[in-house]
Amino acid sequence: MSTTADPARGRPVLSAGAKQERRLGWLLCAPAVLVMLAVTAYPIGYAVYLSLQRYDLRFPARAEFVGLRNYGAVLSSPYWWDAFWVTLFITVVSVAVELVLGMGLALVMHRTLFARGTVRTAVLVPYGIVTVVAAFSWQYAWTPELGYLAELLPSGEAPLTEQWLALWLIVLAEVWKTTPFMALLLLAGLALVPEETLKAAMVDGATPWQRFTKVTLPLMKPAILVALLFRTLDAFRIFDNIYVLTSGAHGTGSLSILGYDNLFTALNLGIGSAISVLIFLCVGIIAFTFVRLFGAAAPGAEVKR
Amino acid sequence: MAAAGKTHATRWGVVNVVVVLYALFPVWWIAALSFKDPGTLSDGSYVPRDWTWENYRGIFATSEFTRALINSIGIALIATVIAVVLGTMAAYAVARLRFPGKRVLIGMSLLIAMFPPISLVSPLFDIERIIGIFDTWLGLIIPYMTFSLPLAIYTLSAFFREIPWDLEKAAKVDGATPAQAFRLVIVPLAAPGVFTTAILVFIFCWNDFLFAISLTSTESARTVPAAIAFFTGSSQFQQPTGSIAAAAVVITVPIIIFVLLFQRRIVAGLTSGAVKG
Amino acid sequence: MAEIVLEKVTKRYPDGSLAVKDVDLDIADGEFVILVGPSGCGKSTTLNMIAGLEDITEGTLRIGGRVVNDLAPKERDVAMVFQSYALYPHMSVRENMGFPLRLAKVDKATVDRKVEEAARVLDLTGLLDRKPANLSGGQRQRVAMGRAIVRDPEAFLMDEPLSNLDAKLRVQMRTQISRLQRRLGTTTVYVTHDQTEAMTLGDRVVVMRQGLVQQIGTPAQLYDMPRNLFVAGFIGSPAMNFVGASLSGGTLRTPLGDLPLDDRVRRVLERRNAPREVIVGLRPEAFEDAGLARETGGPVITATVDVLESLGSDAYVYFGAEGGPVTTAELEELATDSGARDTGAAPQIVARLNAATRAREGAPVDLRVDMGKAHVFDPSTGTNLTHQDGTAGP
Repeated sequence: MSTTADPARGRPVLSAGAKQERRLGWLLCAPAVLVMLAVTAYPIGYAVYLSLQRYDLRFPARAEFVGLRNYGAVLSSPYWWDAFWVTLFITVVSVAVELVLGMGLALVMHRTLFARGTVRTAVLVPYGIVTVVAAFSWQYAWTPELGYLAELLPSGEAPLTEQWLALWLIVLAEVWKTTPFMALLLLAGLALVPEETLKAAMVDGATPWQRFTKVTLPLMKPAILVALLFRTLDAFRIFDNIYVLTSGAHGTGSLSILGYDNLFTALNLGIGSAISVLIFLCVGIIAFTFVRLFGAAAPGAEVKR
Repeated sequence: MAAAGKTHATRWGVVNVVVVLYALFPVWWIAALSFKDPGTLSDGSYVPRDWTWENYRGIFATSEFTRALINSIGIALIATVIAVVLGTMAAYAVARLRFPGKRVLIGMSLLIAMFPPISLVSPLFDIERIIGIFDTWLGLIIPYMTFSLPLAIYTLSAFFREIPWDLEKAAKVDGATPAQAFRLVIVPLAAPGVFTTAILVFIFCWNDFLFAISLTSTESARTVPAAIAFFTGSSQFQQPTGSIAAAAVVITVPIIIFVLLFQRRIVAGLTSGAVKG
Repeated sequence: MAEIVLEKVTKRYPDGSLAVKDVDLDIADGEFVILVGPSGCGKSTTLNMIAGLEDITEGTLRIGGRVVNDLAPKERDVAMVFQSYALYPHMSVRENMGFPLRLAKVDKATVDRKVEEAARVLDLTGLLDRKPANLSGGQRQRVAMGRAIVRDPEAFLMDEPLSNLDAKLRVQMRTQISRLQRRLGTTTVYVTHDQTEAMTLGDRVVVMRQGLVQQIGTPAQLYDMPRNLFVAGFIGSPAMNFVGASLSGGTLRTPLGDLPLDDRVRRVLERRNAPREVIVGLRPEAFEDAGLARETGGPVITATVDVLESLGSDAYVYFGAEGGPVTTAELEELATDSGARDTGAAPQIVARLNAATRAREGAPVDLRVDMGKAHVFDPSTGTNLTHQDGTAGP
């Protein structure tokens, strides 16, 4: 009786249970899928369609198909490129600063000897607070004759009206608001580093810095990549902070601000939609780069540890 | 040894204080502004010299703010309920059932989580005007629940994975019908996760600004973040600073309460979806 | 209480893989039957099919004479104890134990009485109002048992109920389960991968491998008359020693030396047309220190002691056998399962000797081999040729 079990070949037999499970799975997912498709896939398709039209809300009668001309107009416009570089600057600088600060914050939350709960609670406040509220707080802080921070500057200076200074202040507001989220993601990554591995490294003679760079960082690389991916995409669509702090004036407008202005100030749906589609493509390229270049595992995918 | 321990503790104490100050100072600052009377508004001090409720009385006297507050609460709550219900169904399927197309679902919600909202603003603006839900609650509820669905699905499926599913089997063998097993065993265990997700989704909806200013045009659906941006001040000659600060504090209070009460759960919820094996 | 009958029960998964094939098993009312085997052998799947947690692909399952293939677990009236205990974390011990009764709509007074009674039996009375999180491993295990016994079900199904306990507690709980089962007289099917548990607990033991039943028998039958290499190697600790041998005349030529067969074995081998190349299996107690041997006769081999382990009551002597290890699919699987694969050490012969032995590490020792306890296996099929069909189970 030691014959090996012959694996049943051919058509897989679906038992009634498996079929039922399958149907239930589809049934349960269907509403969410339908909503997501209806509210994102369809509109983005519609945006592509709009972007190929000349469609100015002030002159709806003159709408007509213009092919890629809107894209040509956008891409050859200095407004697009200014906004693009501003967005890129804000994204790169704020994410880089957040990574360093967030890592520090994560280490504090991970290692602190006491008041851990208080620290975590405090750190959640910037995450939870409405961005517009935080932005107003910063705006007032930097407004001459009103704010505590403006007083630090030579009198008469209005920092939010100078391009570079304003950009840095936007980065500051963005960093303040989102570092906690970065820190929490990194904290979860830190929790994955086994205490014993660090002890082993200590016994092997590694200094604290070596333990951090040679053991902790490599082990939490997946968490770092996920956090970077999330935050990069998030920073790239920055809108609220700029809208409140400078309204995009003085060369501080991001791509999202540009798109918004084209829609609601210039009321040009065609151009606005072309900008929307281009932003969508940029985000796609960033996500693709992350996944391909750094092998960032998509959250929810099976991460191999 | 004791001395070393003490300096160690002191150092952590200093670090902790710095972190807490960093996190709370801007909030304190705007709160302080909201309690200053117009005369001392620009004194730059961190503590109001004369405390006053004037600014709060001011904003609650106008329908501009009260209406926006009602809109904010109503829209965020409804969007949260729908997103959590749909998300729970999908997350249960993702965590528990085997069915083809699961990866597609995960990929799709990931895409939407990364989607730049501005890209949707122009088409949604047009579509909503055409079908007549522009500047209505529904017009905001729909994008809110959509954009929070991925968050809900991730967080919930991470929570669901934690539930020991042996319990469901045990309940069945103990004589429970599938419905009883779900109601008596799974629901009580899943409730904390669902609740946490609801808080995260609510914060997400509560926070939104871009859709709120793009898809509304009057008081009828404008939420507080958008309304604040349009504040003009009680008189023509007055800056709306005090009103804005007061309104800002009002919409920050629920967030602070959530954070104080559910700190642990929010941290778990935020990180569960992102890092797991 | 009821008998459980499996007829040609088969489980095939949707992807086509076969988990359990044609299991025939007749469990008498009140019997304690163990399903044992390495992981992936199909024992848990079989148990889940009996419980109604997995569909039966083919075959018939009867509990108390009733065909229950298509009945939900609820309607089968069986109780199950899980490896993880599966206690409901949001319910107190009392609520956990009363849960099946409340589902069955038993009135509250009866529920309370039965829970108290079960708690007394399992020594849980003082813990009734605690939550599972505040219990030790052993206490949780007893709550899981309690939840099973309060219902007075047709059968108990236990899926590795002791494997999450530490070694000492496991032995204690083992005796307690045995006592409890005897007292209640409830038909019990118990799954384990631990052959010691199987041998000590069961009235009968079912050894499974790769979804197939290898042998069904009492512990003594499995030990003394294993039907094939797999059962022989799986049952017993330390495990049976296997060496390759060639059969010539009435003698086995082995790397250990020439071992003449005893008459009974020789006759059986002749009748069954044994091949020339065979595998010889010798349990550790088939060896005896020749210097201390009470009996004489039988072959004596000389081996150089590699390692000596003195346990006080016995001494284990390890020595190498030239000619390399014998391998068959069964033995490979056994090696993998026992972890022998991972130690990287060359397989050795182990002999259990009287503690008075003078064997010393590095020194030669003379060992008398009790050929009456030798088993001879056909390497190609793994069948035990020493015992006639019928004497060693179905």
